[in-house]
Amino acid sequence: MTREMTGAKMVVQALKDQGVDTVFGYPGGAVLPIYDEIFLQNDIRHILVRHEQGAVHAAEGYARSTGKPGVVLVTSGPGATNAVTGLTDALLDSIPLVVLTGQVPTFMIGSDAFQEADTVGITRPCTKHNWLVKDTEKLAGTLHEAFHVATAGRPGPVLIDIPKDVQFATGTYHAPKPAASHYQPPVKGDLDAITELVAALETAKRPVFYTGGGVINSGPGASQLLRELVDATGIPVTSTLMGLGAYPASGKNWLGMLGMHGLYEANMAMHDCDLMINIGARFDDRITGRLDAFSPNSIKAHIDIDPSSINKVIRVDIPIVGDVGHVLEDILKIWKSRGRKVDSESIAKWQSQITEWRDVRCLAYTASEGTIKPQYALERLEALTKGHNRYITTEVGQHQMWAAQFLGFEDPNRWMTSGGLGTMGYGTPASIGVQVAHPDALVINVAGEASWLMNMQEMGTAVQYRLPVKQFILNNERLGMVRQWQELLHGERYSHSWSEALPDFVKLAEAFGAKGICVSDPKDLDDAIMEMINYDGPVIFDCLVEKHENCFPMIPSGKAHNEMLLGEAETQGVIQSGGAVLV
Amino acid sequence: MSALHIKKGSTSHSAYNLRPNFSDVQERHTITILVENEPGVLARVIGLFSGRGYNIDSLTVAEVDHTGHLSRITIVTTGTPQVIEQIKAQLGRIVSVHEVTDLTVAGPFVERELAIVKVVGEGDKRVEAMRLAEIFRAKVVDTTLNSFIFELTGAPDKIDAFAEMMRPLGLTKIARTGVAALLRGN
Ligand SMILES: Cc1ncc(C[n+]2csc(CCOP(=O)(O)OP(=O)(O)O)c2C)c(N)n1
Ligand SMILES: [Mg+2]
Repeated sequence: MTREMTGAKMVVQALKDQGVDTVFGYPGGAVLPIYDEIFLQNDIRHILVRHEQGAVHAAEGYARSTGKPGVVLVTSGPGATNAVTGLTDALLDSIPLVVLTGQVPTFMIGSDAFQEADTVGITRPCTKHNWLVKDTEKLAGTLHEAFHVATAGRPGPVLIDIPKDVQFATGTYHAPKPAASHYQPPVKGDLDAITELVAALETAKRPVFYTGGGVINSGPGASQLLRELVDATGIPVTSTLMGLGAYPASGKNWLGMLGMHGLYEANMAMHDCDLMINIGARFDDRITGRLDAFSPNSIKAHIDIDPSSINKVIRVDIPIVGDVGHVLEDILKIWKSRGRKVDSESIAKWQSQITEWRDVRCLAYTASEGTIKPQYALERLEALTKGHNRYITTEVGQHQMWAAQFLGFEDPNRWMTSGGLGTMGYGTPASIGVQVAHPDALVINVAGEASWLMNMQEMGTAVQYRLPVKQFILNNERLGMVRQWQELLHGERYSHSWSEALPDFVKLAEAFGAKGICVSDPKDLDDAIMEMINYDGPVIFDCLVEKHENCFPMIPSGKAHNEMLLGEAETQGVIQSGGAVLV
Repeated sequence: MSALHIKKGSTSHSAYNLRPNFSDVQERHTITILVENEPGVLARVIGLFSGRGYNIDSLTVAEVDHTGHLSRITIVTTGTPQVIEQIKAQLGRIVSVHEVTDLTVAGPFVERELAIVKVVGEGDKRVEAMRLAEIFRAKVVDTTLNSFIFELTGAPDKIDAFAEMMRPLGLTKIARTGVAALLRGN
């Protein structure tokens, strides 16, 4: 069915036809016609953020906690440039977003008009795809294509730049047409390669599943299939930061997170395995450590929907290009049809080796009666929120790694963190996006005080929309992760890694119209956390923690998995390592 | 060490014919890319090469299918086998890209480039330039009393050789189109 309407109306109509219920945005001159259309309807809810970066991270939180694409609407020029960090974040973490930007009218493009920026030029490297629409007749098709591209294949952010005259002009609107796009990434994996993988799995003596964000992106069905496969084969499973929750933390084959701050048992299993099955992860440098020492004796299989991920960093033996859910389904089918074989005797031995590694208790820390250890704060947060319908976002730093280590995720889509880009300032707006999508859930942003200040203006958004997000700040008055690197790699020269002139977070909360809680004594911690949970509204929780705690285990840059540092005693000599040049 | 029966590096059954060889040898490949003819598409391809640090030795682009809005980009690049595989996979991810063909792998293929070469000189040098041009089957497309512009088509190394010979004879300027290439046969 087609209809004549203005470009601005088409935008709202297309969003409705794509099933969008929420838009995160900020108005300005170049998008006023679209804001006018938003004003005239009630189907789509617009959340007014306080900064365009916040809009994009909020949309990311919305997307990751629902599996649906997040939608953003911002103005031209500064509106678009403020969105760039969020776009890059979403690109690196494969988060589907549709970002709409206003642009100066077509007849003024190229004249350095007021609030003109080359938005498609600036965002070309930080989007999966982008479009400048110069003709209202092409707008409806482009809008629908944008949703398709954002969600098909490896998901990612897309952007449509819409000049103001295109918004005012009238054109023909048409509804989404299935399969209208030439962009159709294949989802089924090659059956011969899958059979090869099953055969390897049947005879492996020390196999491990190494899972990543691709399992989450493939949808809840993929996590279900992963659980079935892991539990039926008894093969241990580890995950990247991005994949936490795909396999439950309480599951008996769970090794915990791997990588730079991953668990000893997970990294050792990766190093010593004879078969590594990478499912939807990308051999990121936070995971592999020193490449020439990465899992030296294993056969490696890699399942990824993006062919460019395969053999990019690590040469693999069994590449399988396809969607994780589809491939897992075929693996299970073929494995069952071949008689459900595994070398259970060897795997039992492997498991007991893993138990030995587990007994190292790599997350152990020195408890303290007088000060709150950040690990302790997270242990208490975990214990007191476990039964809740809980979603966690984080900022970036030590607190983020401790959150990944000490909080347990039982389900996918419950954990939102900036993995690939490591964007400080992600967590607060992301928590808002999650809360918008799940109004009755307990949404907690585990933050560091420095990161939290980067997008703290979004507290205004939380208060305005009555979003009861809990900002759980592990306040060490330090750029803790930077401080840790300076201690270990730069001779304890703490150059600008202090958080000075911090605000009084309780007063700050009150100034925003939220609740502030400050706690510094471990004895008061439980009550304070309960107060935070029970308060019906947004809370800033200022948890004053030990200032010089380091995050362990740690694989220093340039080191191998089996060269992990387990605690303070092992940090001597790290300074001399050539790894200092790496990030 | 490994009790598994698969040969390390075997990718024969893969849906994608990935060459698993992580060698340091620099290879020269000619890759053609069929793209949607839309604004910015060339910037996407070039941005990929600069952003990821790949080489472009030569690049040509023109619309080849007006009704289908398709252009063909031909890129000559050098890199290790792994880098070449990455280049192709990364090109394949670009949404406006319809088809990526590595002619060097798919070959044999025909490769042609056009060059126009200005040679300034008098007397014997002028005569010698003319004689060499005939050997190379270069055409004279412009002449004055003391200069020629030659037009020459051929594989890039033929043009290199021609330019080399013309240099002592007064070559002052050269313009090259970059390589256009197609697979032979059908
Ligand atoms: C936008 C941005 N700028 C700089 C960095 C580098 N960086 C990584 S962690 C960190 C310190 C974070 O401090 P805080 O938020 O207090 O967390 P902590 O490590 O103390 O837990 C910095 C500066 C970054 N990741 N993102
Ligand atoms: Mg801090």
